Amino acid sequence: MLWLLFVLVTAIHADLCQPDAENAFKVRLSLRTALGDKAYAWDTNEEYLFKAMVAFSMRRVPNREATEISHVLLCNVTQRVSFWFVVTDPSRNHTLPAVEVQSAIRMNRNRINNAFFLNDQTLEFLRIPSTLAPPTDPSVPIWIIIFGVVFCIVIVATMLLILSGIRQRRRSASLEFLQISGTRESLTSLGASCLTSCLHGAPTSNL
Amino acid sequence: MDEARPLWATPLQFVFACISYAVGLGNVWRFPYLCQMYGGGSFLVPYIIMLAVEGMPLLYLELAVGQRMRQGSIGAWRTISPYLSGVGVASVVVSFFLSMYYNVINAWAFWYLFHSFQDPLPWSVCPLNGNRTGYDEECEKASSTQYFWYRKTLNISPSIQESGAVQWEPALCLILAWLLVYLCILRGTESTGKVVYFTALLPYCVLMIYLVRGLTLHGATNGLAYMFTPKVEQLANPKAWINAATQIFFSLGLGFGSLIAFASYNEPSNDCQKHTVIVSIINSSTSIFASVVTFSIYGFKATFNYESCLNKVILLLTNSFDLEDGFLTVSNLEEVKSYLASAYPSKYSEVFPQIKNCSLESELETAVQGTGLAFIVYTEAIKNMEVSQLWSVLYFFMLLMLGIGSMLGNTAAILTPLTDSKVISSYLPKEAISGLVCLVNCAIGLVFTMEAGNYWFDIFNDYAATLSLLLIVLVETVAVCYLYGLRRFESDLKAMTGHALNWYWKAMWGGVSPLLIISLFVFYLSDYIITGTLQYQAWDASQGQLVTKDYPPYALAITGLLVASSTMCIPLGALGTFIVRHLKRGDTASVA
Repeated sequence: MLWLLFVLVTAIHADLCQPDAENAFKVRLSLRTALGDKAYAWDTNEEYLFKAMVAFSMRRVPNREATEISHVLLCNVTQRVSFWFVVTDPSRNHTLPAVEVQSAIRMNRNRINNAFFLNDQTLEFLRIPSTLAPPTDPSVPIWIIIFGVVFCIVIVATMLLILSGIRQRRRSASLEFLQISGTRESLTSLGASCLTSCLHGAPTSNL
Repeated sequence: MDEARPLWATPLQFVFACISYAVGLGNVWRFPYLCQMYGGGSFLVPYIIMLAVEGMPLLYLELAVGQRMRQGSIGAWRTISPYLSGVGVASVVVSFFLSMYYNVINAWAFWYLFHSFQDPLPWSVCPLNGNRTGYDEECEKASSTQYFWYRKTLNISPSIQESGAVQWEPALCLILAWLLVYLCILRGTESTGKVVYFTALLPYCVLMIYLVRGLTLHGATNGLAYMFTPKVEQLANPKAWINAATQIFFSLGLGFGSLIAFASYNEPSNDCQKHTVIVSIINSSTSIFASVVTFSIYGFKATFNYESCLNKVILLLTNSFDLEDGFLTVSNLEEVKSYLASAYPSKYSEVFPQIKNCSLESELETAVQGTGLAFIVYTEAIKNMEVSQLWSVLYFFMLLMLGIGSMLGNTAAILTPLTDSKVISSYLPKEAISGLVCLVNCAIGLVFTMEAGNYWFDIFNDYAATLSLLLIVLVETVAVCYLYGLRRFESDLKAMTGHALNWYWKAMWGGVSPLLIISLFVFYLSDYIITGTLQYQAWDASQGQLVTKDYPPYALAITGLLVASSTMCIPLGALGTFIVRHLKRGDTASVA
């Protein structure tokens, strides 16, 4: 009698959890890709942990706080490692709607990943898209800061060069003026000395 | 005539200025492409022959003319013959067009340089879509580097007709680029002479670093082997020879008037023959050196993509057949594929269409040139290297140095005739003339920062200089040899430098080089005429790839105007001088 009941229960369970069943999700793990040599073997203990994590996620959904580990059913475990799972309600006759399971897993994806040392790519829930982390956008884009620095340096250098060029030109212009006026003075003094020497008949050969 | 003309402080500055001008972006992004397309190692044969026959003689001619006449291009050609003033004007017009669009490349280099200080590099990841469940659609279809170039940098419109608005980010970078150029040319040879030490030497430092890094990358040898394996049958392809001649011609920057301008600031006794040989050999060696670096990077990128492709196939098969993770590797892939095909034929035929045929050759064969190589292919390789920020900064800094070096030559070609002209230099000081030229170029250059700007950039890049330069250099060579007289020029050079002119130069100037240029000119004209309507590559955002479109009539008109405005200067200049002389003769005749 008990044996018949057991068979009945597993049969019902087998009906609930099947590939492509209603409200069932396929999970795929890539342990060797993620962990290389440190990859652990996927055994029934790991499956128990998985059921626990799913049950934990469901318990955080309002109205589903009564979900137990035994309500999570796994089937079709392959070598890949991949399997299908469903979550049943306390009566164990019906499966919980896919939408609830989906939102529960999405909310707790990070914790499920961390429990197995995996990430979104190596622990895949098919048909449950993961929320991608948004890129960190600083308030001021970094490139503008660097642009501003380079821009200011170039402007300052340009101003310095222009100003020094103007100053140089002014200085050389005033120097030329001094030279010209100096020459004029020496010419007039030369002319005066010539006049006096000419009047006195002195030779001008020493000019 | 001989007022105090500013001179280079040392002959070394002159050599560095010429190297910095000649070694530009073309050495990095055009020569490796040509090498790949026309036979790898065997392309070096036409390249070196053209260098000896065409490049060196024409370079020597321009440097000698500049050094002898001691004026910019307009004054120099007017001195050779008054009917040739149009040649100088044509050179200035072409240089003006070139500087308009060339500095936009420096603006893009600045943009990428400023964005290299982030982790992760912005072109290595795709941005997320609206509800954060996946990546942006356009980015998924193309790649993240293409997305960053076409969408974030250019914000390109689907066709040349839709101009869109001026994008403020590239516009800011363009203004900065022009400010930097102004800073370098502000004081004439005094400032340019110091800047060229950096712009000539720094790119070599970066190329050395990249050479060492590139050769140690995984898969670099694939690229190098692919490039240097000579395909000797390409030597019979006339296009290989034509492209070698064209590359030498444009790589040395002949005909723009920059070389004449640089040489005009030389001492008359300067040995420009020695400098010609040095500059042209360094230019060509840099091309070959840069292509070694480029091909090791290509090899790395191709190997990386090939291995990613294989990994994708492995993942696909592992998931479809629920095989054990890690069972399928690259080595047993083929056997397992055939086993699966035989064991599960129906399921295999379902999966088969999605299995891509990964091939290293097809990855290597994607030959790219121009801005696509510099900003898409290289950035894709850089993002996969370790410490990618450092490599990115180094690379774009090198591009910037190469670009600024060439811009110095371009602006010198425009400014030297302007500052030589007594009319203009009496009203305005040198700084004001330089500032005005930079301002005008910057204002017009803002056109290239619009959404359709890249399409206009391609028009300028392909058509503004090519045909006009060939004509200009042809007229130059013929003028010096036959109008001015080769013997007269020879005696001038002997008096100036003290060395006799080697027979080789005379033979090249007199016969071989003009014939070569005529054949190039004829080839280009016939090519343009045969292809009929011109087409361009437009970016289609919905497909994530380039599509070919026809130019609208007004774009074709502007292209024609570009070519005509520089080539027509030559006959118009001759005609103008003829008319003025005729009128003067008529006047004197009537007076007498």
